[in-house]
Amino acid sequence: MSSNAITIPALQVQEKPWVDRLHEWVTTVDHKRLGILYIVYALTFLLFGGFEALIIRIQLMHSHSNFVSPQVFNRMFTMHGTTMIFFVAMPVLFGFANYMVPLMIGARDMAFPRLNAFSFWLMAFGGLLLYFSFLGGSGLYGAGNAPDVGWWAYAPLTARAFSPGHSSDYWTLALLVSGFGSIGTAINIIATVLCMRCPGMKLTRMPLFAWLNLVMSGMVLITLTPLSAAQIMLLIDRYLGGHFFDAQAGGSAVLWMHFFWIFGHPEVYILIIPSFAFMSEIVPVFSRKPIFGYPVMVAATVCIAFVSMSVWAHHMFTVGMSSYANSFFAITSMMVGIPTGIKIFNWIGTMWGGQIEFKTAMLFAIGFLFQFLIAGLTGIMLATAPFDWQLTLSYFVIAHFHYVIVGGILFALFGAFYYWYPKITGRMLSERLGKWHFWLFLIGFHVCFDVMHIPGLLGMPRRIYTYEPNRGWDTLNLIVSIGAFIQGIAILIFVWNLVSSYFNGAEAGNDPWDAWTLEWSTTSPPPAYNFATLPVVASRRPLWDLKHPEDPDSLYE
Amino acid sequence: MALADPPGTNIFAPQSTPAKSILDLSIFVLSITGIIFVVVFTLLVYSISKFHATAAGAKREPAQVYGSTQIELAWTIIPVLIVVVLFLATARSIHAIQDAPEPPGAIDVTAIGHQYWWEFRYPKLGIITANELHIPLSDPNHPTPTFLQLLSADTDHSFWIPELAGKTDLIPNHPNRMWMDPHRTGIFLGQCAQYCGTQHAKMLLRVSVDSPEDFAAWVRTQQQPAGRNSSATAGRQVFEHTACINCHTVSGTPADGRFGPDLTHLMSRATIASGAAENTPANLRLWIQDPDAIKPGSLMPAMKLSDADLDAVVNYMETLH
Amino acid sequence: MSAATIPPVEMPQSWTLPYRAKVGMVSLIIAESAIFTIFVVAYLFYLGKSISGPTPKEVLETPIFFTICLLSSSLTIHFAGRSLERNHRGAFLGLWALTILLGGLFLIGTGMEWHRLIYQHGLTISTNLFGTTYYSLVGLHAFHVTAGLIMLTIVLLFALAGKVQQDQFRRVDTLALYWHFVDAVWVVVFTVVYIVGR
Ligand code: HEA
Ligand code: HEA
Ligand code: HEC
Ligand code: CUA
Ligand SMILES: [Cu+2]
Repeated sequence: MSSNAITIPALQVQEKPWVDRLHEWVTTVDHKRLGILYIVYALTFLLFGGFEALIIRIQLMHSHSNFVSPQVFNRMFTMHGTTMIFFVAMPVLFGFANYMVPLMIGARDMAFPRLNAFSFWLMAFGGLLLYFSFLGGSGLYGAGNAPDVGWWAYAPLTARAFSPGHSSDYWTLALLVSGFGSIGTAINIIATVLCMRCPGMKLTRMPLFAWLNLVMSGMVLITLTPLSAAQIMLLIDRYLGGHFFDAQAGGSAVLWMHFFWIFGHPEVYILIIPSFAFMSEIVPVFSRKPIFGYPVMVAATVCIAFVSMSVWAHHMFTVGMSSYANSFFAITSMMVGIPTGIKIFNWIGTMWGGQIEFKTAMLFAIGFLFQFLIAGLTGIMLATAPFDWQLTLSYFVIAHFHYVIVGGILFALFGAFYYWYPKITGRMLSERLGKWHFWLFLIGFHVCFDVMHIPGLLGMPRRIYTYEPNRGWDTLNLIVSIGAFIQGIAILIFVWNLVSSYFNGAEAGNDPWDAWTLEWSTTSPPPAYNFATLPVVASRRPLWDLKHPEDPDSLYE
Repeated sequence: MALADPPGTNIFAPQSTPAKSILDLSIFVLSITGIIFVVVFTLLVYSISKFHATAAGAKREPAQVYGSTQIELAWTIIPVLIVVVLFLATARSIHAIQDAPEPPGAIDVTAIGHQYWWEFRYPKLGIITANELHIPLSDPNHPTPTFLQLLSADTDHSFWIPELAGKTDLIPNHPNRMWMDPHRTGIFLGQCAQYCGTQHAKMLLRVSVDSPEDFAAWVRTQQQPAGRNSSATAGRQVFEHTACINCHTVSGTPADGRFGPDLTHLMSRATIASGAAENTPANLRLWIQDPDAIKPGSLMPAMKLSDADLDAVVNYMETLH
Repeated sequence: MSAATIPPVEMPQSWTLPYRAKVGMVSLIIAESAIFTIFVVAYLFYLGKSISGPTPKEVLETPIFFTICLLSSSLTIHFAGRSLERNHRGAFLGLWALTILLGGLFLIGTGMEWHRLIYQHGLTISTNLFGTTYYSLVGLHAFHVTAGLIMLTIVLLFALAGKVQQDQFRRVDTLALYWHFVDAVWVVVFTVVYIVGR
């Protein structure tokens, strides 16, 4: 394997002066270090995106508030949405995939280590471009202004006439660049999973984590690229005087909507599938049982991937499609519920009859199950087109997707942190702070996003910087804002836990959770070459076989 | 559910057929999803409360179960059936609302979205007005629904009166259609739902549902040209010699601008700047002096009139009944 | 502490995995196809929607010759790979150079057509919807041809320096795969623009 050649002196890092260490991190091609870079990068942007969310919430605390101007508010929700989706969720999930997939399939690195580094730096550069717009949005000599077109950047708002200056260009370029980064990473993950598995690691024996990231990468290839294409068209319109989305010249605003959502909807599954991957590793280990219905889980994921590519226009029920188109996209959207339900049921099946240990990681996993159930069901409500004519573009939608993204993805993600932090750093995260983090975030989340459904039902549209006093939305919004701040505190506790445990957390050892997948067979943190001797596996749970030679899994598969 | 005092924007208090049939479907969907929630929720709570690790059990691993085809089949087929039911109900209601034919007695209105105000044209009646839509009550026996054709002059907007009908977007060079047949008279509130720029938040919407008589009366007044009131000639002079007329129309005068709302019958409206402020002399004065004071980012420039001219113009506005 | 080892499972007798570079290239091709699909959809969607002229019918001429050049270059690069596999260096070099030549011809063809459209018919990317969609679709393809040519040339230079060995034919084939893709895309673009589009 050519990847043997690439080894980073991970162990002597400590003695070196910081310049050398920095240089090593910047030039690294080691999948573990790049994984950490991705994760740290994403956490930083979570603070920024959250910070913007807090500004939004302060402004909406009561009617006719003047905390920020309408212009600033519009930039805030645009930057919040763009940041959170493209520079928090995507990189953090790629980070874990980068770090864990090679370890779990018994490989020594990704298939293309240099491409891996290149992809990360592209994504990093994209984020910087986006935030540079705060300074350069109107040209370096003009006042700064960030993009304010919403994260869908619907035409014709992005046309020069309505979006002068460069803010929209920064938005476009940032997404284009980071998009190419994501495609690179996806190619890398696919090649790694298909070509780097250790002897005996048949596809049917791969941990679900690897499987789900394989599917996710496949989706990235097919569905992120339409966004890139649309961005290129937008640039052609803005710089070469093209007419793709220019209504005056016969161009169509609706075409952009289709292109955006052909990407946009699968995107949300690109985000949720890795979270499913976390769940599928955490739930079995803390229930002390193998995942229930492994083949079904894989099949369901592939189903979700396929169906989710034919539902995009459920974001466009109000743009005036034919009643047949509306019906079609309604049924496909509901169909996604079936394989998704299967996954939920299989996780319950995994816990059923187990010995559930309520470690922080498992608490977050259970939180995920509750919240994702509710979020999915509100999704079904939105999928029934006529109901959506009332709910769409209102705070009900905002509540729906924060329920999935925060209550689902973020919870699964926190679970993943508590589960794998010991492997990555060699030290345990504090369970005490962990419990605080969990309960505070849980309370904050529900105070914030449960209540948020109601203003939607009472007719409060999204993306409004202020509202009228006589609508009866004041109290509700105040509660929502309070919830947001509670979440903020919880996240600060989490960040503090990450930092303090790194220096004085308890020693983790190879396998603190008594788990079953290959990453736990090597040291924590793993050496640069991952495995002293390349493992050979005979079942889905090699470490179970190791610990229970009397009845190894290989007998049952 | 009526948390908001009337006139409200509560989707659970429908006052016209489309909104009503949406609510019926919603209730159906809510109850099905409610049942699903209760069932799965119970399963979850049961499994985490029953199967938590015990000191005794911690010693040895629980029985290792790998799956079960029957169970998998069960929890695949049941959801499939639920989805079929949900879909049939949905498709029916989509068709009923979206493909409803336009009866002869219907009122036609063309609604044009502008940044950040609404223009309403009644082609059959030859009326052009702004921001406050007047439509007749529709008696179920011989219905007089209103059919809106939705256009946009600039960016996307969305027409939403929660208690009368669901949303439909106004998209440049992509005409859309929607209808409503209000069952009770009164004021109905709503606002632009599709993000359309800086002042999307203050692109409010008022629909006044009138009894047939009141509606007829309203139509008659709107069809008159602007009243000529000698008391306001000074203001009219100023108005007609300022840029006002490039953007505003006052029928029967040189003012024929189309960029801003038609002012011919300004005084027949309860609000100005699409609901951003009440239509009082004070507000009018403030608005004309500095629109940003009421609606920062609106597309009407501050006209920098001298106080005298300002008073005169406001005085003139006051005569546009 | 030293890495714990996995139970001594007996090594599976046959353990072969797909070739990395190939899998990577196929994935890239899938991604690229999606990009082209979107541009093709846009082209078809806007057919005949231009408010002002010129229309495709009036100005487009079918570039038969250059199309033949590009498509035949797929054959030459294929046989180039085979010759390298059999270690016929001379044949490899010749065919490889020929491929570059044919690709270059095609680019010149595109250049000439654009020159004609711009200076004779005044059709630019900002003239009308046809201009916008035509130049961006054909341009995107031309861009991929250019990228391909650059990579082919690099290989050629290595070959001339005698750095391309027989055992590297799989890498060369991976590059060939990309070139085949570029040709396949042209078949689609050609059909859409010069046949369906008129
Ligand atoms: C990770 C992200 C994620 C996930 C997983 C989902 C999941 C789903 N979403 Fe959501 N959605 C978003 C993120 C996500 N969504 C975002 C970000 C937006 C808004 C973007 C924007 O406007 O800015 C959005 C908006 C959105 C809309 C458009 C609303 C509008 O703007 O008008 C719709 C409409 O159909 C929708 C539907 C669904 C459905 C049907 C699912 C389904 O996948 C849910 C499936 C799950 C279940 C159904 C629960 C478990 C299943 C069972 C217990 C089995 C039994 C159940 C049945 C048989 C029904 N979503
Ligand atoms: C990953 C996705 C993600 C996540 C995690 C979140 C998290 C949150 N979101 Fe976000 N949101 C979106 C994705 C996401 N959102 C998207 C896509 C939109 C649509 C945008 C659009 O319409 O275009 C949106 C829109 C959106 C709106 C609607 C804005 C509008 O339409 O006007 C609101 C309003 O309340 C909101 C609130 C929140 C809140 C309170 C959180 C909370 O969960 C946040 C909790 C985290 C924190 C509070 C951070 C804690 C950190 C600190 C307190 C330290 C800060 C200090 C420093 C920076 C040093 N979001
Ligand atoms: C550059 C165009 C322009 C000029 C010039 C202009 N207006 Fe306006 N005016 C508008 C626009 C646009 C609106 C709608 C603003 C909104 O609601 O967001 C408006 C709204 C109004 C309204 C409120 C109408 C309603 O029903 O909401 C009044 C009254 C008004 N203008 C009066 C004037 C007067 C008086 C002048 C001249 C002194 C003037 N306008 C000059 C563009 C203009
Ligand atoms: Cu008009 Cu929002
Ligand atoms: Cu969706």
